Amino acid sequence: MEGHSIIEMKDLSKVYNRQKAVDQVSFHIEEGEVFGFLGPNGAGKTTTLLMLMGLTRPTGGWARVCGLDPVREAKEVKALVGYLPENVGFYGDLDAVQSLEYIADLNGLVRREAGDKIRDVLEVVGLKESMGKKVGAFSRGMRQRLGVAEVLLKDPKVMFLDEPTLGLDPDGAIRLIDLIQTLNQERNMTVLLSSHNLYQVQKISHRVGIMIGGKMVAEGSIETLGKEKLGVEGKAYSLEEIYMKYFQEV
Amino acid sequence: MQGLFAVYRKEVSDHFSSNRFVILFALIAMVSFITSYMAGIHLRENLEGVAKPKFVFLMLFNTPGALFSMVQFVAFFGPLIGLVLGFDAINRERADGTLIKVVSQPIYRDAVINGKFLAGATTIGIMVVSIVLVIGGFGLSLLGVVPGIEEVWRLIFYVVVSVFYISFWLGVAILFSIFFRSIATSALAAVALWIFLSFFVSLGASVLADTAVPVDRQEEASAETVMKNVRIKEGVSLFSPMVLYTKASATIIDPMRKTTRSLVLLGPMEQLSAARFQNPLSLGQSLVVVYPYMVALVAVTLLCFAISYTVFMLQEIRT
Repeated sequence: MEGHSIIEMKDLSKVYNRQKAVDQVSFHIEEGEVFGFLGPNGAGKTTTLLMLMGLTRPTGGWARVCGLDPVREAKEVKALVGYLPENVGFYGDLDAVQSLEYIADLNGLVRREAGDKIRDVLEVVGLKESMGKKVGAFSRGMRQRLGVAEVLLKDPKVMFLDEPTLGLDPDGAIRLIDLIQTLNQERNMTVLLSSHNLYQVQKISHRVGIMIGGKMVAEGSIETLGKEKLGVEGKAYSLEEIYMKYFQEV
Repeated sequence: MQGLFAVYRKEVSDHFSSNRFVILFALIAMVSFITSYMAGIHLRENLEGVAKPKFVFLMLFNTPGALFSMVQFVAFFGPLIGLVLGFDAINRERADGTLIKVVSQPIYRDAVINGKFLAGATTIGIMVVSIVLVIGGFGLSLLGVVPGIEEVWRLIFYVVVSVFYISFWLGVAILFSIFFRSIATSALAAVALWIFLSFFVSLGASVLADTAVPVDRQEEASAETVMKNVRIKEGVSLFSPMVLYTKASATIIDPMRKTTRSLVLLGPMEQLSAARFQNPLSLGQSLVVVYPYMVALVAVTLLCFAISYTVFMLQEIRT
């Protein structure tokens, strides 16, 4: 985990109609790390992600992604960051390859090279057999994997995954989490994973951050947080206990 | 630019492969076919044994055969094309969750809206050109008259004005699709505005003019009062893009029309001299007459797009 911070933010804030969605959040993510981003619904996780990609303008503080300012260099940031939104949508009348071709076009990939790459990413996510099928007929798990394929297509340095396993069956969720872990280990891809499935987060995250009510209440490796909150050494606790402890305190 | 082109390409192919477009195109092609056929038959009957007047070819477009002429048809129903192509441009993507995905790619956000507008305008352009060509070809065989170079130029100007007119409504539809999250609401709002601007503004114009400057039908009203009344009426009705378009296109397509005014006050001697020189206007002069209307039409189209652009750029996109 030695390396420099690929994502950094300081006092990042977003105020909507006097309501603080994100309140002076500061943390950093190292290159090659899987960072578990936890918190209840409406805690401001998605807003933070949107600010990191320059899709939403922060009302205070600053952020750097790969050394770039998302406010001023949004386009450059978006070329390096792959974002899989919660409930990602697709054009139902396109098939898997056509969907990926559109993403390739938007990323300025040349059609000829894009063809090989599309086959590669479909192979990686295990959708090769369904490449000619209309996305409208895809199951939830297949859509989610196609979403990951779209993210991989642009060779991102960082992946922002917002609830990628939401609504997946256990088998699909495990396969997706394994895929994320493989990508992280083999391609040294930095992953910011927002999820409610604490067991999965614990399995693959190097560090976690817990966000409640727009504030970052805890940040660190699971071991450190466990020692701090529960006073237990080693791995004899679950992330769930730590999370609930923080949640009750706030 | 790469983003703009990608969005443009996808939108154009979406338009051409959608059932919506096929149905609309079939409908409009059919109506214009029938209209021009009626006009052609009508013209052929009337021209039998008479020396052919100038610009017979253009008459295909401005002669009301049975109910309305081609020009009138486009004025009434052209907006529908724009509305149908644009009413769900943004809010459908929002509802499907694809908008956030597209804007999180390395493109500028305006590529989405520019690409959509340009793709719609291109579709409209192809539609109008192909219909004019179909009618032209049809009329060629029906009338046996080859259009002169000036007629071709007039048709080209007509096509350009029509594309802008329909694109105005495309812009309105896209604007509503940005404003309203619900697709049904944006469609209804766009149709309501269309009906209001196309039909009620001209009605309202005469009501307003008669209230402001009543013209007594019983007594001889002074020329001044009549002029005032007409001026108000025309001024108000210019708020309707349909009026702008009708005036512009009718004058371009009909060289005998020398002014866009509906009321011309002439003394008997002036009338006599005017009747003596019943010659068509040259293309340049026709353009001079309709220049303000064309500029106004282009301006409202661009204005409408500019509003959509600004609203879209400032809007928060989360889905």
